[in-house]
Amino acid sequence: MSGEDLRYRPPVPVLWWTRKLSYFVFVMRELSSLFIAWLVLYLLLFVRAVADGEAAYDDFLDWATSPWLVVLNVVAFGFLLLHTITWFSLTPQAMVLDVRGRRVPPVAIIGAQYVALGVVSAFVYWLVTR
Amino acid sequence: MAGVDEHPDGEITLRVSRYRPDKDTEPGWQDYSVPLRKEWTVLDGLNHLKNEVDTTLAYRWSCRMGICGSCGMNVDGEPKLTCATFLTDYAPGPLTVEPLSNFPVIRDLVVDIDDFMTKLPRVSPWIIRDEEQSVDDGEYLQTPEELDAYKQFSMCINCMLCYAACPVYGLDPHFIGPAAIALAERYDLDSRDHGARERLDVLIEHEGVYGCTFVGECTRVCPKHVDPAAAIQRYKLKAAQESVKMFLLPRALRR
Repeated sequence: MSGEDLRYRPPVPVLWWTRKLSYFVFVMRELSSLFIAWLVLYLLLFVRAVADGEAAYDDFLDWATSPWLVVLNVVAFGFLLLHTITWFSLTPQAMVLDVRGRRVPPVAIIGAQYVALGVVSAFVYWLVTR
Repeated sequence: MAGVDEHPDGEITLRVSRYRPDKDTEPGWQDYSVPLRKEWTVLDGLNHLKNEVDTTLAYRWSCRMGICGSCGMNVDGEPKLTCATFLTDYAPGPLTVEPLSNFPVIRDLVVDIDDFMTKLPRVSPWIIRDEEQSVDDGEYLQTPEELDAYKQFSMCINCMLCYAACPVYGLDPHFIGPAAIALAERYDLDSRDHGARERLDVLIEHEGVYGCTFVGECTRVCPKHVDPAAAIQRYKLKAAQESVKMFLLPRALRR
């Protein structure tokens, strides 16, 4: 281009992610990773409390039932669901599986993940309650 | 201008974004009324305006049948091929017509896609051979299955709708972008091609596949069902596998 550059460059607004539902869901999905990190930390604190004996475990339970923490964990659980569902439904796009020359349908890949989640959850439940 | 009586189905208002670089500092809206006909696309409406109402209106188009990829614009904020977007779907209107997002605007609805044109060749979107076979040896043959492996990604018409839909590209113009990566994947998956290593070197850079955060909008807006988001995620998986191989395997075993 010669001479003065007269092209107009539209600015990206700070709230660009509120303009479309799909953008909003995407940003929430990104945000959910913070809550996942929190839940990992929470689990580690819980395991430490269990390891430190009965007194520490009771202290942890007192802390865990305080209203603000319950609210935080309910919100975190909501984000955990969002994270899991969106992650599972995006997997078939990233993973292309061929079994005996036939493409595995996306539904099967998504379904297999829910089955795996169910199996692992059942194992953890059995481990904790046996 | 044509009156309502001449058009049994009435009229619809197009709110068109105008930018005249010699006069304006930023785009403004101009409302036009066009006949609302069942068989008319947004592009037909624009052509009507250009021919009958306002010859100064600037926009790109060519084939008007979803092959050339020139007529991409934001219709009511969504990137669309205007030749495949019908006015009646927006009745009673008004509907807005803007240039594609994330590109500099040259004039009215015309955007500057030079950025894509410089990025595309960086992924070598052509067949690369380790050893070129002479013409006398005949064609490089391919089975229908081998064709199917990449066919979807070869449907790209470079219409730039995916770039307009991609917030990552909007925020970081260095990102190589959905169509370029989908086309790289198209050649990687081609059984006649040996250039995967070469392309990976380009795409493994920060502004390559890892720029993508999997918003998935590119796939949703693609008029040819290319699924660029899938191409990018598959590339990430490949790149990760390569990195692990580089780390674990002795030099002699690497490809």
